[in-house]
Amino acid sequence: MNGPYYINDYCRICNGTVKVNDKVLYRSHTPDPAAFYTEVYKETAINYPKFYKMDNLCKLGFLASELLLRDKQLNSRYAGDDIGLVLYNASSSLETDKNHQLSIQDRSSYFPSPSVFVYTLANIVIGEICIRNKFYGEGTFFVDEAFDAERMYRYVNLLLYESHVQCCIAGWIEQHGPNYDGILYLIEKTNADPGGIAIFEPQNLTQLYLQRN
Amino acid sequence: MEQLIAKLKDEIIEVLNLTEITPEHIEENAPLFVDGLGLDSIDALELIVLLEKKYGLKLGTAEEGKKVLYSVRSMAEFIRENNKG
Repeated sequence: MNGPYYINDYCRICNGTVKVNDKVLYRSHTPDPAAFYTEVYKETAINYPKFYKMDNLCKLGFLASELLLRDKQLNSRYAGDDIGLVLYNASSSLETDKNHQLSIQDRSSYFPSPSVFVYTLANIVIGEICIRNKFYGEGTFFVDEAFDAERMYRYVNLLLYESHVQCCIAGWIEQHGPNYDGILYLIEKTNADPGGIAIFEPQNLTQLYLQRN
Repeated sequence: MEQLIAKLKDEIIEVLNLTEITPEHIEENAPLFVDGLGLDSIDALELIVLLEKKYGLKLGTAEEGKKVLYSVRSMAEFIRENNKG
């Protein structure tokens, strides 16, 4: 049976606001993404010192996943390899790629930073979330021109229908310079009790994404 | 020596982004890896770059690296013995 599947929770981070489902968790006027992410980390009492070593893309994805999954106890309901992660963005890891490029540009002062270099792949954010949560299921990062609910729906739907993935965290995690835009959905085969946010359909993905906080 | 250790602690905090750690938290004789600060392999690479970039020193072998990067004091001793600058 090809669905219906359910968006049981979502976390939206954009325009200085962090929202989980319909509840605003934090609001700030800090324009710099790095400073904003640190504020969110502290204000929401997350304890994971490795956060400080992440690049901005990972920080955004990590924060969204932490707040989306808080108190959800996914690991008690699913085996680690039954939980998938499918993320999208437009800028890939370009911000960190450029930082790395700056460190190797001058041949007379050639000191690439290993801790910058390790983040020169967009899918590292999936790795960070998986390590933190002990998820071992399929992880895929797509680079697309813009948020495309239809494309996200088709891939996640296929994953839930054809693979042994029982639960999928999917979304759009975009970070480049001063611009950031994140949303993660928790998509499951069964409706949450009490009921989740919406049926997993492209129009509902879009509707939640278009809430600009 | 104590001045060099204090300087190294500041530099380690900076290059490893140890935002929640102050120099006082770093015990100069304690192991930097696994116990102590709980650093990982990427941090080790970052410390190797630090030695080269700030002090012009290269580690010869992995074995030497283990000894030099054991603690802040062992790093400082290596710098003092080898830095001609």
